[in-house]
Amino acid sequence: MPKFVGTALVLISCVLLWQALHLLVGESSLASPLRTCAKLAALVVTGEFWANVAETMRAFVSAFAISLTGGILLGIVLGARRLAGNVAEPILVTLYSIPKVVLYPLVLLCFGLGISAKIAFGVMHGLIPITLFSMNAIRQMKPVYGRTAQVLRLSPTQSAFTVILPAILPEVISGVRLGFSLTLLGVLIGEMFASQRGLGFMLMSAINIGQIDTIMAVALLLTVVAVTCNSLLLLLNQRMGYR
Amino acid sequence: MSVAAAKVSVVSPTVSDSPAAVHARLRGVTRVFRLPKGELHALGPVDLDLGRGEFFSVVGPSGCGKSTLLDILAGLSRPQAGTAEFEGRSIQDVPDGVGVVFQEDASFPWLSVRDNVAFGLRRAGVDPAEIERRVDYAIGFMGLKDFASSYPVQLSGGMRQRVCIARTLVMQPRLILLDEPFGALDQQTRLLMGDELLRLWRETGATVLLITHALDEAAMLSDRVGVMSTRPGTFIDFVETGWERNRDSRVVSTPHFGDITARLWEKLRVEALKIMSSGKA
Amino acid sequence: MSESWLRILVVALLIGLVELMSRTGVIPLQVMIPPSQMVVELGWILASGEFANDIVLSFTNVAIAALLSVLIGFVAGLVIHSLPSLRDALEPLLASYYAIPTFVFYPIFITLFGVGSASIIAIAILLAVVSMITATLNGVDRIPRVLRKTAQVYRMPRLKTALLIELPAAAPYLFTGVKLSVAYAFIGVIASEFILSGAGIGYAIAYAYNNFENRHMYALMLLILVTVTIVNTALNHIDRRLQARRQR
Repeated sequence: MPKFVGTALVLISCVLLWQALHLLVGESSLASPLRTCAKLAALVVTGEFWANVAETMRAFVSAFAISLTGGILLGIVLGARRLAGNVAEPILVTLYSIPKVVLYPLVLLCFGLGISAKIAFGVMHGLIPITLFSMNAIRQMKPVYGRTAQVLRLSPTQSAFTVILPAILPEVISGVRLGFSLTLLGVLIGEMFASQRGLGFMLMSAINIGQIDTIMAVALLLTVVAVTCNSLLLLLNQRMGYR
Repeated sequence: MSVAAAKVSVVSPTVSDSPAAVHARLRGVTRVFRLPKGELHALGPVDLDLGRGEFFSVVGPSGCGKSTLLDILAGLSRPQAGTAEFEGRSIQDVPDGVGVVFQEDASFPWLSVRDNVAFGLRRAGVDPAEIERRVDYAIGFMGLKDFASSYPVQLSGGMRQRVCIARTLVMQPRLILLDEPFGALDQQTRLLMGDELLRLWRETGATVLLITHALDEAAMLSDRVGVMSTRPGTFIDFVETGWERNRDSRVVSTPHFGDITARLWEKLRVEALKIMSSGKA
Repeated sequence: MSESWLRILVVALLIGLVELMSRTGVIPLQVMIPPSQMVVELGWILASGEFANDIVLSFTNVAIAALLSVLIGFVAGLVIHSLPSLRDALEPLLASYYAIPTFVFYPIFITLFGVGSASIIAIAILLAVVSMITATLNGVDRIPRVLRKTAQVYRMPRLKTALLIELPAAAPYLFTGVKLSVAYAFIGVIASEFILSGAGIGYAIAYAYNNFENRHMYALMLLILVTVTIVNTALNHIDRRLQARRQR
């Protein structure tokens, strides 16, 4: 496992760099790794913290569920219809690269302050990558799979579930990985601007009262959770035995 | 070796007199593709009779409509004009009893070799014990026994194509269509795969139609070879090889093999030159 | 060609629909002003120079962040490529990097650099640089071995090989990195300004929202959308031409 050791070494040097930077700029600007962990440990025993986590989770789970189903269905439809896909793709790519945050006021004006605006904003971030990846999965599926299904005289349902779905799954999961991260980002940005609850709000109120250790504890937690979920999906992709 | 050379009989390029029972029949088959910039006359009119149990190969320059011909026999594509019949019935969708092996690797990467081979039988709802029996036979026949639980990604191109052939074989097709199945393989593997194919043809008694661009492959494997012209593809020659049923790749060392190949190349060279001078090759 | 016309038609119809709904009161004016009015307001803003400082600041920051990301990413990519063991160690981290909700680090940068351009550019680089690193690794990987051999046969010196053979061969992949870096630099700068800042287009939009100045808000939104779309379309156009050359 020398590869794993190398990655661990890189991570350890990141922590050492963090500590060195902390010593350089001082306690008030950058909390030390130890202090950040201690703060996180102190936070997780408070009820207020879990209320914020629950709030973020509620918005995230709904937004992700919508991005997932909507993105896969939309992607399959656009992938199967050549013309519709060709017309839609550049529009989707442009939508993906605009700073969606400028549209957040519009979302707030439409949905009002509250959880639905956060969900809508999460969906705006997560839907497009899942759609694009699913669409390309269908388009890049080897035509010979479809012909094989035809030659074996499969029914449309049989070919959908036993040929097309397994063939596109790895690509779709890559899209879901990206969609997962961006949905979370969308929800958090939504909470950082104009919200009274959630982890994003916690970050912003900590900055207003200058609690650097709280900011860093929350950032650390979110990073670890996001990276862990991403790695699990990555592992799932590799475990499927092909590619 | 003038005796052997005399065996190469040239049949009239129009309709060949059908021997014994006709298994599949094409009459005046024509295929035109509609493209954004006008029409592309890809094939025909083509007439062809495949005898029951015959090993027939089609050679022709690239882009002459060989694969279109196969698609029509497989029911994957319909002709604009003419009729296609299999076992006396008009071909509409993919007919029962027809198996196809494609040039591209069509093995499913998400299934093990064994599950790949069993795939079609499971979808058709065949009895599990029967599936077991047929899959074991096909895996043994194609020399895949040691790889039954491997995944395609762990196999070479030649082994993957064996998986695809086994997957077709278990369905017990009466007509096997092969679309340049060894095109992506190296020469030595191709010769050995040719032997496997002959063995399979002898044991199953199926009718075989092989599309290929390799003259040696056609000459060594077939009972009869059809030579196609450039687009729109039509048959310009039929060559009977006269091999005995019990042949294998060692026939390539006989003078007779040289005569057949020479005969095929003589016809095909003219067509290949046309394509090259048109700048498409 | 007909596809691009169809696309323009689809977008035009959507805008027309919003215009109609807005004019007939289906969408209340407090929520959104009609698109045509956004264009008029944008014209006013640009003519009066009211937000000129914010606009110049934002675009300057985007340009600096994009440029630094491309340079840093390219150099870092080359360094990582030349050290295979470091690369093996970094690869799993690079694959998970985009999963990090980068903006949660913005408050940390603010305590380090203060509210201002430095924090904003730092977060934008953090967001954009990895695309360039990945693209550089990919591009260098894909230089065909035979091209390097050809250079050797011509007895070309190392530097010439790099400039005349390797760089052009890797260019299509590198440009994909440039394209993504520019897009992420835009997102990073505008979003940081929006969340917490005292200047820039993002800040101006947030300010207008908080003070119910819908006309300013929508004019500035339109400015961002139009600018990003134009920049993106231009980069995509170049990208496609480079990709097409790669096929041959």
